[in-house]
Amino acid sequence: MTSSPHSLSASRLHYNPYALRNVWNRAMNLLAGLFAFIAVLPLIVVILYVLYKGGGAITPAIFTELPPAPGLSEPMGMGNAIIGTIMVTGVAALVAIPIGVGGGIYLAEVAKKGWFAQSIRVGVNVLAGVPSIICGLFIYALVVNTRILWGESFSAMAGSFALAVLMLPTIVKTTDEGLKLVPQELRMGALGIGASRFTTITRVVLPAATSPIATGVVLGIARAAGETAPLIFTALFSPFWPDWLSGLGLLAPTATMSVQIYNFGIMPFAPQVELAWAASFILVVMILAANLLARWLARFSSL
Amino acid sequence: MFSRKKPSWLEQLVDRGFIRVTAVLASVVSLTVFGIFFTVGFQAIFQGDVSSLLPWNQDSIWQGIAAWNDEETFGVRWGAIPHFGLGFLANSSWNPVRNDYGALTPIYGTLMTSALALLLAVPLGVGTAIFLTEDFLPQKLRATIGFMVELLAAIPSVVLGLWAVAMLNSFLAVALPLHNYLGWLPFFATEPSGPNLAMASLILVVMLLPIITAISRDSLNQVPLELRQGAYAIGATRWTTIFQVLIPAAISGIVGGTMLALGRALGETMAVTMIIGNSMNLSASWFSPSSTIASLLANQFGEADDIQVSALYYAALVLIILTVLVNICAQIIVKRLALKYD
Amino acid sequence: MTSPIAADPIISCDNVTISYGTFAAVRNVFLDIPKHQVTAFIGPSGCGKSTVLRCFNRMNDLIDSFSMTGRVLFQGQDLYAPMVDPVEVRRHVGMVFQKPNPFPKTIYENIAFGARINGFKGNMDDLVESSLRRAAVWDECKDKLQESGLSLSGGQQQRLCIARAIAVEPEVILMDEPCSALDPISTLKVEETLHQLKQHFTIIIVTHNMQQAVRVSDMTAFYNAVEVEGSDGKVGYLAEYNQTKEIFNNPQSKDTEEYVTGRFG
Ligand SMILES: Nc1ncnc2c1ncn2[C@@H]1O[C@H](COP(=O)(O)OP(=O)(O)O)[C@@H](O)[C@H]1O
Ligand SMILES: [Mg+2]
Repeated sequence: MTSSPHSLSASRLHYNPYALRNVWNRAMNLLAGLFAFIAVLPLIVVILYVLYKGGGAITPAIFTELPPAPGLSEPMGMGNAIIGTIMVTGVAALVAIPIGVGGGIYLAEVAKKGWFAQSIRVGVNVLAGVPSIICGLFIYALVVNTRILWGESFSAMAGSFALAVLMLPTIVKTTDEGLKLVPQELRMGALGIGASRFTTITRVVLPAATSPIATGVVLGIARAAGETAPLIFTALFSPFWPDWLSGLGLLAPTATMSVQIYNFGIMPFAPQVELAWAASFILVVMILAANLLARWLARFSSL
Repeated sequence: MFSRKKPSWLEQLVDRGFIRVTAVLASVVSLTVFGIFFTVGFQAIFQGDVSSLLPWNQDSIWQGIAAWNDEETFGVRWGAIPHFGLGFLANSSWNPVRNDYGALTPIYGTLMTSALALLLAVPLGVGTAIFLTEDFLPQKLRATIGFMVELLAAIPSVVLGLWAVAMLNSFLAVALPLHNYLGWLPFFATEPSGPNLAMASLILVVMLLPIITAISRDSLNQVPLELRQGAYAIGATRWTTIFQVLIPAAISGIVGGTMLALGRALGETMAVTMIIGNSMNLSASWFSPSSTIASLLANQFGEADDIQVSALYYAALVLIILTVLVNICAQIIVKRLALKYD
Repeated sequence: MTSPIAADPIISCDNVTISYGTFAAVRNVFLDIPKHQVTAFIGPSGCGKSTVLRCFNRMNDLIDSFSMTGRVLFQGQDLYAPMVDPVEVRRHVGMVFQKPNPFPKTIYENIAFGARINGFKGNMDDLVESSLRRAAVWDECKDKLQESGLSLSGGQQQRLCIARAIAVEPEVILMDEPCSALDPISTLKVEETLHQLKQHFTIIIVTHNMQQAVRVSDMTAFYNAVEVEGSDGKVGYLAEYNQTKEIFNNPQSKDTEEYVTGRFG
């Protein structure tokens, strides 16, 4: 069987490590591996850096004290910035979620086609591409500069609006896409037993799409919590605790962790720089947690 | 037995109201986009605030517009666009003392940082995407690496900026020999001694990588398995298949992802502001401090007033137009991809 | 096991058992494929025809969970020997797939691509023309060589894929149900080309179509599958292998007879 006259010379099928194509292939394998390594390297290094430089500064005082005055090293806290970030991001979510989910429902359930829906889809995409600093300038011109909020200029509320503008396209998109995953039979079933559109959407379709929508919303909030550019001209900054008398602190400028990183990170004072790292630590931990939460939420998807 | 009852008028009202409300909420998106263009455009044309658009306001601009040149009398103060015109784009001086403003330096800085960043991030990102779609590693491990690259996109840009500041000295140490040996090239002409454009580009690379990797990976995954088999079956090697079949088939996704990344790079603010040095001097050297439109805004808006504010809004307008154009191109390209695989 | 009478086998399976993960898809195959003949693989679906076929050009390497025992000999050489380069194997053993899969390139490039990467130095235009002629698709393509391969009809695309395979000048061409996605007329055209190609190539074709097997093949291998106790799946095996007219007119086993007369499968 092996000795047919046409049999191949023994090495014809063998791998030739010196053939140009094989050398080239090995080189490219190596290069691709190297690229992938370089791509994950920054994440690892940044996280290690933040853990190392910021983790050490995390003490109970961080949550309960205010930052020191420039030049001093006591007290070492940033409770105001933590509250500020929660406050500004929370209000932004309260503004953006109803608008975004409502808009998403409109796109997915009410007007799937037609020029109006199409123009809104274009709007969503344009808004998603608008640089975040522009959101800040927009709210500055609209809210801060005009003192439209009870005569106040810079305020936590203005910051929330800017972040809401930023979150809006994400939430509309995830709602739109999440709802599209809901099988048509579910809608037909509900409408078929005489349910109104309102009931069908709120009782049947939305619950079925909760998981993808929640995933998108969590990621949107996490992203907004780390945003700085929209806040520097809206929520500004403040070395003090929120002024609870001015609209529960919402109508006064407020510190946030992200702006604190920007302001303190380039100061020549060691305590301030340390606080910038501490804020980075808390933000990164929060955001990684939110990403893991989002992944976990996505597992509940029945779609 | 059930008897099918007609929906009550209340139900019908709720139903119709609900539909209306969602329509209104949806139009908030379009209104916001319009509002952004409108307010930024307004502030670039006029000084003052948008409330002066209201006709009953005491310093309403309508009176002023009626008397175009007579700004003293009517209190309308024209902004940067009427003052500087298109010359703004070609003027490299930014002088608050003489109130002479031009955006050439930050426009150059924006384009240069973005171009440099893309130059590095595209091969890195596409290479990583290829690595993640080929069977070099077990599926589990690849998914983990993919997730890590995506997580990188979640790190706030201000944190990356802080990290970049901390890494500056190491960068300078690496960059110095480049200057010493290649200093005759205009790009390396200045001695690296502090924040600079090259470092800003590098930090942009870190931010663009996840975008390019994720989109390239998706579009490579979309290439039908049959094409890969077809190439292998005629004796193509792995990389011949990748370069000649897979990448051409996924090219619109890769280009679309690159465009999206470009849009992101053009408007990226915090990390760049913290590391670029915010100098308004035009310099060809990558090692000298520079500025981008976004960093100019972040850096100067807080202290600016009058015509300078308007000039900043003018620059912002330029930035929006740039990013929106790039993003629309990206959408179109990505849509063409979707059509191709129907 | 009927012992086939192949004087000059180009491919032989020597006790081949193939598994995906822990699940054995097909087991204990002994098979000699004669040179310059058309061998058909028939049998119910899921009994491992494609699996065996993909072993002949190491296409199974693309599947993570694949593993194999036994030997596959190509002109006397073990294809799964450690030193063997699968890329080299595929240059000798070409393949045409069930679904036409032209590259998203021009018709011309579809043909030239394989030849070029295989180091073809001659006149490319001539090669493209002769390959397309041998695959009986030249007349339909000759005026649009610079158009995308995807612009052709399904049947034309499949013949383009055959042309692409023969342009590389392999010794063997594997065809995995090449006509199952085609209309009857295109099917006939492909079958006609098979008769032509036999002179230069050894062809192994998987088909579900009995008439096709009778029309095109010299040898036929009938695969079947049995339940295995203690497992939920079926494992395939080579039930009968002989000259086509024997398989269809004088089958040795009951299963073969029932299958070829269309009573199951
Ligand atoms: N890529 C694969 N991974 C796991 N199992 C597979 C794969 N391909 C085929 N199988 C299994 O191997 C068996 C034989 O499949 P196949 O060779 O495609 O059969 P046929 O071509 O005769 O229809 C089937 O049970 C099938 O489920
Ligand atoms: Mg099959």
